[in-house]
Amino acid sequence: MLTTNNHPETWLEPRPEGLYCQPADAYIDAMRPHSRVIVTHGHADHARGGHGQVWATPETLAIMAIRYGDDHAVITSALEYGQRINIGVIEPVFLTFFPAGHILGSAQALLEYRDARVVITGDYKRTPDPSCAAFQAVPCDIFITEATFALPVFQHPTLSVQIDRLLTSLDRFPERCHLIGVYALGKCQRVLLGLRAAGYQAPIYVHGAMIKLLELYREYGFDFGRIIPVTEVADKHALRGQIVLAPPSALHDRWSRRLPDVLTVGASGWMQVRARAKQKNVELPLVISDHCDWQELLDSIQEVNPCEVWVTHGREDALIHACEQLGYTARALRLIGYDEDSES
Amino acid sequence: MRRVAELFDALYFTQSHKAKSRLLREYLTQAPDPERGYVIAMLAGALHFQFFKRNTIKQLMLERVDETLFALSYDYIGEMSETVAHLWPSLPDDDFVVPSFVDVIEYVGSHKKADIEAFLVRCLNNLSPSLRWSLIKMGTGGLRVGLSARRLKQILAEYGDCDVGEIEQLWHALTPPYQALLDWLEGKADKPDIRDKIVFHPVMLAHPILSDDMNKIDLAQYIAEYKYDGIRVQVVNKPQGKAMFSRTGDDISHSFPDVLPLLEVYGVFDAELLAFDRQGNISTFNQLQQRLNKKKPSRQLQSDIPCGLVIYDVLEHNGEDVTQITLLERQLLLRRLFSESHERVQLSKSFAIKDIDALHSQREQACRKHDGLVEGLMLKRADSMYTPGRPKGSWYKFKRDPKLVDAVIMYAQRGHGKRSSFYSDFTFGLWACIEGEKKLLPIGKAYSGFTDAELKELDKWVRKHTIGRFGPVKEVKKTLVFEVAFDGAHESNRHKSGIALRFPRINRIRWDKPAEEADTLEGFRRSFLTSQPL
Repeated sequence: MLTTNNHPETWLEPRPEGLYCQPADAYIDAMRPHSRVIVTHGHADHARGGHGQVWATPETLAIMAIRYGDDHAVITSALEYGQRINIGVIEPVFLTFFPAGHILGSAQALLEYRDARVVITGDYKRTPDPSCAAFQAVPCDIFITEATFALPVFQHPTLSVQIDRLLTSLDRFPERCHLIGVYALGKCQRVLLGLRAAGYQAPIYVHGAMIKLLELYREYGFDFGRIIPVTEVADKHALRGQIVLAPPSALHDRWSRRLPDVLTVGASGWMQVRARAKQKNVELPLVISDHCDWQELLDSIQEVNPCEVWVTHGREDALIHACEQLGYTARALRLIGYDEDSES
Repeated sequence: MRRVAELFDALYFTQSHKAKSRLLREYLTQAPDPERGYVIAMLAGALHFQFFKRNTIKQLMLERVDETLFALSYDYIGEMSETVAHLWPSLPDDDFVVPSFVDVIEYVGSHKKADIEAFLVRCLNNLSPSLRWSLIKMGTGGLRVGLSARRLKQILAEYGDCDVGEIEQLWHALTPPYQALLDWLEGKADKPDIRDKIVFHPVMLAHPILSDDMNKIDLAQYIAEYKYDGIRVQVVNKPQGKAMFSRTGDDISHSFPDVLPLLEVYGVFDAELLAFDRQGNISTFNQLQQRLNKKKPSRQLQSDIPCGLVIYDVLEHNGEDVTQITLLERQLLLRRLFSESHERVQLSKSFAIKDIDALHSQREQACRKHDGLVEGLMLKRADSMYTPGRPKGSWYKFKRDPKLVDAVIMYAQRGHGKRSSFYSDFTFGLWACIEGEKKLLPIGKAYSGFTDAELKELDKWVRKHTIGRFGPVKEVKKTLVFEVAFDGAHESNRHKSGIALRFPRINRIRWDKPAEEADTLEGFRRSFLTSQPL
């Protein structure tokens, strides 16, 4: 129950460096080093090195250790999904993580203070993803949601349909090396699992930047079949008609010039916008998103059914408008720094 | 529909010209008639329907979606067809059969408005977003798949193994679905005969002269003319009829009923359309502008601002093609034809230029003496044929230097088309003193003049310096100065400043210049508006 005594407006505030929980003296996904930080997931625009104490899921901590070294924070506190601990400084503030369905280890953070319940989603999605635990709707008073794809034009198709489009292209252009731009964390693994689930059995080739994270996923029991680093292929012509995964930044740099007759494939939620795909010189745009589409956002809000919706980053205007039409009080936090328009 | 939608998608996402050409030629060999011809028409932007337009789609969409959400979506996507393709609610019915491309054309070309709308709704309810996009594009036009009109004709020339010039010449006499053209390209019929038709002929264009060119060319071989500040037109006068076309081939005869009767000589002429005053003197572009885009000018307007022509070239006379004789011979022919000139049908004067210094001083003089009526010089090679397109070394334009002003960026909006989602449309203003306070007043908007790299930087700058929002418009911190180039300024009530610019574009981004040092409105009026006749 929200009262004047416990309303999160009095203890949770958007600051330039991130959302700040005053009674726990902790930031959520701080953009700069801070003494106490809750990290929702391992993407670089949410997880940074150099904090004092970090609360995160074991998977997220493992990802941070790979990216920023074992000593990325002074103390790390691993918290399994559903495990509830007190992180309050004077009065109790309880923190519990729930799966967000975004990438391996991604979590929504539930904060409880004086009987008020706030869920901070971080980034999340509802479409099934074989590479991480599924989003779980958590009852709360205030639901703090992202809005990356919060426009009714965004309707994300299922992974299998997009994988089929890739395989069709491979059939049609068997002489061309299909180079897919994917984030090394999350997108890469999802596409690999999607390909295997569709029955694609050939080896899949990857850029060197993918290797360490793939090893980490393997430790968590994921099986990607035969993966070969591109560096190990002596005759690059062998890559004709093969699938190569590389970070989006490598699509048009010198690295990719060694590949034969490249067909550039994009894999993100933005690929739904033709002009965006074109701007990135993508020939085959696959709509594979790590975020909720419009309907998923609205469904999630109605399922959670909070008293208020706060919107962090993305297309706030549209989501707030829709929330108000559905009868929810909604406001924009205008948090800055989370990549508004990058690969998502 | 599917085959056509697939072709459009493939063309859209294919990068290289060569690959696009291959795709289209493959399609032409495989697809049936009259579908092929209509596809060519759509690629050329030549397909239009009375009851299926951009607004038809927009209205149907607004009946189905919240207006605010539509506006936000459209602003974000930056293109109507794609916005609707994704926003349209899917409502499939079982007995729907996807119509063929030709079915759609025949239906919307022959039914009543209400039936057409019902037909479109049913299609949109049932089609996938990608098919919807192609369907909507049929009505809205503007299918931008990276094929210019010229490229399209070149591909057709490759397909029919002929010269692109031949296709250019035929083009405006033909109509969709271009059966006669395709038959000729495939060797099944003779070349279509268009001699008697009142059609637009492809025009010859000039290159801007660069300092490099000035040093290279032999000025003795060139004829100079004034570049009048009107609009370029082509007048076609044959025993079968008369017409006037804009330089893009639009028939604008109806807008200028006072001009065509002035011309009695048969032929096809290149001319500048200009406004005149009641005394028969050439008047400013501002005056002409009041006549442009008026579909039916009133008698009053025709007598207040009469229009006329300065003729400078001839392409055809008495049914005879004269494009293959030299410019000098064509100008001689014009003198013979227009020996008795009317005050509103004049011949362009030609003169020689002896060296580069003279070239500069003549341009200065022309622009000064004619007080804004002349915007520079044309230089044309005396022995050049009339060659459609932009042949190298034949025609040059040497325009007056643009005017420049340092203005402060005030608002930004997302761009459209290939600039979708980038903040690329800017409103800028000058300092004015209002009730003792220094304030910025907007004087114009610009969308062009910067490189792709600068566009990215500007986009980033806008995102970082937003201080307010009005719907899709972002208000930014008043700290960045643009050097804006423009062709002219005039009084206007479009902006609070009371002035408007002609063809403003961003000449330079002055990252270095403090906003306080940008120009003032008062100074601007002093420099650019005092000499302007009102």
